[in-house]
Amino acid sequence: MYLPHTDAERKAMLATIGAERLEDLFQDVPAKYRFPELNLPQALTEMEAMGELQDLAWANESTHDLICFLGAGAYNHYIPAAVDAILRRGEFLTAYTPYQPEISQGTLRAIFDYQSLITSLTGMDVSNASHYDGATAAAEAISLAYANFRGKRTKVILSPNLHPHYRQTIHTYNHGSPLEITGEQLDISAGPEALIPMIDENTALVIVQYPDFFGRIYDYTALVEAAHAMGALVSIAVNPLALGMLKTPGEFGADIVTGEGQPLGIPLSFGGPYLGIFATRLEYVRKMAGRLVGETVDNRGQRAYVLTLTAREQHIRREKATSNICTNQGLIALASAVYLSLLGKYGLRQVSEICYHKAHYAAQQITKLKGFELWNQAPFYHEFVVRCPETVKDINAYLLEYGILGGYDLGQAYPQLENHMLLTVTEMNSREEIDLLVETLAEVSNA
Amino acid sequence: MLEPLLCDLSVPGRVGFRFPEPDVPLAEIPENLVRQNLPLPELYEVDVVRHFTRLSQLNHSIDTGFYPLGSCTMKYNPKLNEETARLPGFAHLHPMQPIETVQGSLALMYELQEWLKEIGGFAGVTLQPAAGAQGELTGILLIRAYFEARGETQRVKILVPDSAHGTNPATSAMSGMHVIELKSDDRGNVDLQALKAECDETLAGLMLTNPNTLGLFDENVEEVIRMVHEAGGLVYGDGANMNALLGIVRPGDLGFDVLHYNLHKTFSTPHGGGGPGSGPVGVAAHLVDFLPAPVVTILEAGDEGMELPPLYGLESPPKSIGRVKSFHGHFGMMVRAYTYMRVYGKEGLRKVSEYAVLNANYLLARLRAHYHVPYDRVCMHEFVAEGRWPDAPDIHALDISKRLMDYGFHPPTNYFPLIVHESLMIEPTETESKQVLDEFAEAMIKIASEAHSEPELLKNAPQITPVGRLDEVKAAKELVLCCAVGAYNR
Repeated sequence: MYLPHTDAERKAMLATIGAERLEDLFQDVPAKYRFPELNLPQALTEMEAMGELQDLAWANESTHDLICFLGAGAYNHYIPAAVDAILRRGEFLTAYTPYQPEISQGTLRAIFDYQSLITSLTGMDVSNASHYDGATAAAEAISLAYANFRGKRTKVILSPNLHPHYRQTIHTYNHGSPLEITGEQLDISAGPEALIPMIDENTALVIVQYPDFFGRIYDYTALVEAAHAMGALVSIAVNPLALGMLKTPGEFGADIVTGEGQPLGIPLSFGGPYLGIFATRLEYVRKMAGRLVGETVDNRGQRAYVLTLTAREQHIRREKATSNICTNQGLIALASAVYLSLLGKYGLRQVSEICYHKAHYAAQQITKLKGFELWNQAPFYHEFVVRCPETVKDINAYLLEYGILGGYDLGQAYPQLENHMLLTVTEMNSREEIDLLVETLAEVSNA
Repeated sequence: MLEPLLCDLSVPGRVGFRFPEPDVPLAEIPENLVRQNLPLPELYEVDVVRHFTRLSQLNHSIDTGFYPLGSCTMKYNPKLNEETARLPGFAHLHPMQPIETVQGSLALMYELQEWLKEIGGFAGVTLQPAAGAQGELTGILLIRAYFEARGETQRVKILVPDSAHGTNPATSAMSGMHVIELKSDDRGNVDLQALKAECDETLAGLMLTNPNTLGLFDENVEEVIRMVHEAGGLVYGDGANMNALLGIVRPGDLGFDVLHYNLHKTFSTPHGGGGPGSGPVGVAAHLVDFLPAPVVTILEAGDEGMELPPLYGLESPPKSIGRVKSFHGHFGMMVRAYTYMRVYGKEGLRKVSEYAVLNANYLLARLRAHYHVPYDRVCMHEFVAEGRWPDAPDIHALDISKRLMDYGFHPPTNYFPLIVHESLMIEPTETESKQVLDEFAEAMIKIASEAHSEPELLKNAPQITPVGRLDEVKAAKELVLCCAVGAYNR
């Protein structure tokens, strides 16, 4: 158990306080509502609780039980054993925000390592200590841009090919705000050049995704140039694993890079906790929300690390803060730092390329089937869209009978893509598994 | 020599991890989209494991010592929770899987929603918010949506007591509301006169932390809530201090309309060096329809006789404010909180709060003679002392905190709440023993004495920590926020 008090200790403590019973400490609580009878289950021992939780976990069919071709913003990757070994260290796990730097150098240096890794990966100047996830990081990019123009530019252009959850979150965050959020009505099959005519002198920010929600990869250089010509900023939401092989947003000239860090050694965990990546140019650092670690020295002349630029934050600025964010995703950022340092220069490129090759093999095989057609026009990374001869729901139900978790049903978020499936292939899928997927789809196509 | 950074350790040509070679034919790669340089570290596994292990040893943590950081509820994080969250059926579950394949997780989320409703006295709960601050944002967006639906769009004023956490005013401002600060009275309660003056037709709501950040249960809480309701406003509860209330009182019974819970405080999920948190939100009946999408519901009832479980699913409430993040929230933290609640059960959860309050009052009783406590009455799970003495004018709360490190303790929260000068906000939590509290009290008493007899001991503290006091001005002026680009591959 986790409560230490013996009867004798409780009595001694109450005597020191000058109270007779524990109940006496709650006199300020209105009597008629005090000590309600809660309708909750009885306590369990650790053994019993473990049994119950195991039963619940067994009631699921996970990506360890099924062959997974599902992605759409959360990806099934291998996590090296060393990652979790580090996360389990109580010194990282059970510390809080490093407010007291003298006894928090572990967390502070790990965040500084994380910030360095993310800037290297994205080609940007600075990274914060992380946001909640890819969706909230994308939403915070708007706050940065809005603050940058002191509210004088009120238009934000969202690519319709940005993850639907990110777009929904952005709308929730900005409901009732003076911002005009537009762009989602554009043709999803068009490339980034379709966004360019919308950019004007009232545009604060353009948000695109890379690879986009459909897996397509574009060179955004022309888009960034067009935006900059109008004085607008560009934010690119990335899959960081793809950046193991792809040109960086920094090379395109992007002003802000956000992203979902989950592919970097974070378990799927039914949707969270994940990792919101947020990086930008040095000139925007004071408009950026979230925690930031900087280098300095201590009074013994040693190099040391500390939370810095805290004057932007809620605990100092209160209602004038850049955001209400208080925490970061500390432990998850640490996981990605361990993952990136272990894979390093060679490993990240290797896994990034393997995903690319396997996805292309799968796409090639599937589009040989009668009734299945590749929808993508542009090059793609490790996800692609297939037009199917049946409803995606029916196909996925059939695949599931063979232990295959099929792709995302695009009709859910894009009515014009009814019967279109977004398939994802990673290093976890062997050629045999891909061939099994193709054979099973062939049965649908021949039925 | 302290552990260097990753960029100092990298050795060109070293490889840490290999994947199997591709078993498919290689596809053509569009050269114009390929990056030439990938400036990441070159290390092998031993480098990486030693680096991060040595870093970890530079931290103070709950697992290594007492951590009485006020308003953060640094209680012990049970190891069992770490095991259950890593069960493969949970850890390797994709959020977009068909619902028939995720019934175990949905059942867990459904039960957790039910239990949080029961503990808080609410009609609905969303598990989606990622942290307390996002729970606050959700709560304020709910209040705004409620008034919009009623056509009362003139209600844009949110009252925030001066004792409130900084996230409260920041959240309200972020939601486009006007923030008005309310002062506290001399017993640490909301000042009723000040409140009355703001109760008009523009009032949207009050954000109330109860117990407040002084660790005090507002003696007029029913009156405060009644006044806000009579003016047509709603009351938001900041549940950061729920660790004092489990089985003691249900905020919903007191009339709170919305409240966020912190699973990482009250329900023992680890703080992880600053996150991930989890901030579910409970609401009264009139706000249920506005909850963020999705919530977990029962699509088809089960049959106990047939041993048939219900079919759980995800639903969007009819007037939902929308989605506040990707997917379904921090599911991994929900598994930990569920496990915690399962182990304690209903009797145990009341004990959690009773002993949290006992421990705080015990420390208060032991320190009262040595530190001034400006709002001195029976406290809840924490209390605020002053870190200053008239006869030791050079000593600040900060010095006391740094000196505590030399005695092996994490300091209390400093300089918050803002309404107490040189504040030391002390929250021991229920998982600390009398022995630990006594050791801490002895250290605090000794420091009070040192402050008068040998103040340089405080001024020069800490001495035994890996680094001494830092030059924070230099950090902010000469911004160095990452290793130089290319530093890994020199």
